[in-house]
Amino acid sequence: MALLDVSQVSKRFPGVLALDQVRLQVGPKGGQGEVHALLGENGAGKSTLIKILSAAHAADEGTVTFDGQPLDPRDTPLRRQQLGIATIYQEFNLFPELSVAENMYLGREPKRLGLIDWRRLRADARALLEALGLPLDPDEPVRRLTVAEQQMVEIAKAMTLNARLIIMDEPTAALSSREVDGLHAIIAGLKARGVSVIYVSHRLAEVKAMCDRYTVMRDGRWVASGDVAEVEVADMVRLMVGRHVEFVRRVRSGPPGRVVLKVESVTPRRPRLSTPGYLKDIRLEVRAGEIVGLAGLVGAGRTDLARLIFGADAIASGSIHLDDKPLKLRSPRDAIRAGVMLVPEDRKQQGCFLDHSIRHNLSLPSLGPLSRFGQWVDERAERDLVETYRQKLRIKMADQETPIGKLSGGNQQKVLLGRSMALAPRVLIVDEPTRGIDIGAKAEVHQVLSDLAAQGVAIVVISSELAEVMAVSDRIIVFREGAIVADLEADAATEEGLMAYMATGAGRPSPSGMELRPQ
Amino acid sequence: MTASPTLSPEPTVQQAAPPQPAPPPGRRFDLLAFARKHRTILFLLLLIAAFGIVNERFLTIRNALNILSEVSIYGIIAVGMTYVILIGGIDVAVGSLLAFASLAAAYVITTVVGESPVSWLIALTLSSVVGLVGGYIHGKAVTWLHVPAFIVTLGGMTVWRGATLILNDGGPISGFDAAYRWWGTGDILFVPVPVAVFALVAIVGHVVLRYTRYGRQVYAVGGNAEAARLSGVNVDFIVTSVYAVIGALAGLSGFLLSARLGSAEAVAGTGYELRVIASVVIGGASLTGGSGGVGGTILGALLIGVLSNGLVIMHVTSYFQQVVIGLIIVAAVAFDHYARTHKA
Repeated sequence: MALLDVSQVSKRFPGVLALDQVRLQVGPKGGQGEVHALLGENGAGKSTLIKILSAAHAADEGTVTFDGQPLDPRDTPLRRQQLGIATIYQEFNLFPELSVAENMYLGREPKRLGLIDWRRLRADARALLEALGLPLDPDEPVRRLTVAEQQMVEIAKAMTLNARLIIMDEPTAALSSREVDGLHAIIAGLKARGVSVIYVSHRLAEVKAMCDRYTVMRDGRWVASGDVAEVEVADMVRLMVGRHVEFVRRVRSGPPGRVVLKVESVTPRRPRLSTPGYLKDIRLEVRAGEIVGLAGLVGAGRTDLARLIFGADAIASGSIHLDDKPLKLRSPRDAIRAGVMLVPEDRKQQGCFLDHSIRHNLSLPSLGPLSRFGQWVDERAERDLVETYRQKLRIKMADQETPIGKLSGGNQQKVLLGRSMALAPRVLIVDEPTRGIDIGAKAEVHQVLSDLAAQGVAIVVISSELAEVMAVSDRIIVFREGAIVADLEADAATEEGLMAYMATGAGRPSPSGMELRPQ
Repeated sequence: MTASPTLSPEPTVQQAAPPQPAPPPGRRFDLLAFARKHRTILFLLLLIAAFGIVNERFLTIRNALNILSEVSIYGIIAVGMTYVILIGGIDVAVGSLLAFASLAAAYVITTVVGESPVSWLIALTLSSVVGLVGGYIHGKAVTWLHVPAFIVTLGGMTVWRGATLILNDGGPISGFDAAYRWWGTGDILFVPVPVAVFALVAIVGHVVLRYTRYGRQVYAVGGNAEAARLSGVNVDFIVTSVYAVIGALAGLSGFLLSARLGSAEAVAGTGYELRVIASVVIGGASLTGGSGGVGGTILGALLIGVLSNGLVIMHVTSYFQQVVIGLIIVAAVAFDHYARTHKA
């Protein structure tokens, strides 16, 4: 009998059916744990399913049994942990100032006379770390550990509760290849102890190398399950892609103009990842009137590159040319002055002033030209500007003084697009322009981008939704682990092809999925 | 506001259909919103009426001008503090910087310049410039060294006070001429000079905040510093300039205070940081930044002034006054939090 049996689980959020009759079986075989790959594109519903298993969400329908016992949907996350289901999210739940041992036993420290028995705490932690083969010092504060080591702490913490199922969400997204090998050795050890693992990853070569079984989800539905040994990477890709959201494919208004933006080998002063080769030797050219889509998995370096081009992060070396003139960027202010604009990926944290009015949100970077003597804001001209973009972008709002936080995500995004458009940029970079907005608004945003291109703006679109990249782009550049692995005309691209590049770095996935095709 | 809350029909409707999600619109909500919006002025009027009834000496022109003169000295700094709190910062060094700037200016005109018909002008300028430079240093420490503003100005608070004591061995400096003293004791068409200066500072402060690009950028930095940066705002400049401005205003206020008292004192401005921050917070500004305004701050400053004056007239000891003002600050912030978490 399976250890975990998810049957016909559905979950609805306002406006979306996130999970639709999903099933999943993970079970130990012959005393050994099973490593089960959970696969699917962004938005396929994997995260929602994980959250239901860890009790961060409650399912609306369906049953989940664990070790033969049906799970109560009203369980708290703590209760699930006590039952033996541990979840390791990409963002770790650790306390940086506390030691490894303290983190492992937080809230469950061994006590003596009502006080924490520090000696036993350390001894227990040390014994468990040794048994799991984790090279960690129990007294080390967690903030001094690398990402890979922090992950080990999470695993050790799960094992203090005798977890029998550990869910790992993209566990290798932030690891170097040597660290990935280390993690796989640890997982093999867990398996030998009878612990099962749900392994969520886009890296199909890894899945092929170390998982026993797989389940593929797409658009919130179960698509397929089976033995990893019996499928090729290409088969998995085929099962994952082909989402059935239809976008209108962009029609180019004419041939692209001259090169407007030229990026050569820019490297960040503070790389987010220490992987060798991360964001080195990136070459990118965008022409007037052209939309270039950057495809790739989350963390592949697309956002980091965009922030470098916009001056939001400091550049260590390399050059950026705008209209053949070199750009010296010390801050986004310099980029905006030169005619480069970015619509950031995180609308709420990086884009909106949520409590401030739509008017103030939209006009902020344009206030210079709107002001007499550069300071005295001409409010009539400002209102006219906002009104222009309300009409142009069809922003649904009561009036200009409404706080932007009261708008829907799609309308917020339109205000931010208006903010950028009002500056009449030469280059516009939009990062995840339609994340979390409804399908109608998505199509409208796509149309706006297409119109801007027709006016000669050079546009870069970063999107994790393949259907979107394919619909809006003229040319698609695929990023993987901080490098460009493909540069193709959108007409020549297929979802399978792009997914294969994103997941393995190679166009036609080979069984090992490890070969890199030179550009 | 004819219908009293208990008589309005909405609660009955809600009882009949509990799952109805929309909050009941209508007068009941409007009254609450009105009270919420004008809470400071309502409380101020209430307070004035109460003191006026209890004591006949309270509601006189003479006393009103007296209150206004008192309020003006810290009210000037409170205008600057509005900017500081709007960007999500704080400045607890203003009282010490006030003392240092005014004593340094007084020191220069008495020992270096000697008798001069424009000694007041030199002192006014010098005091403001010293304050400006002091505030600029605070701002640079915040933006360059990334030390939290509270810590920077907490350090500044004792540094400037210590420097003031070193400057003249803790003693006061007096012996200003009539032109100098006019700035503290004179009047323009019956309006005390400090009150006129406060009015001017408040008007400029309000206009800059409300009508200029700089003012918009101040709000933007406090509302979301990262979004402001990505919108091309020079966040470091805004932050530094705001601390420099409050420093200059502390220096100006110190000059007026020394003119009013007839001497520059090393202990001048002690406890002002509390009054000034309280004025801004009671005036409805959010300590997390991004919302508030000069209008509210003026009401907050008046409220504190009326309260302390009224309590003095009622022969309440200054010890007890401190307790009352402290409680009012906490109540104001608690109300602010309540108003923001129960946004209808």
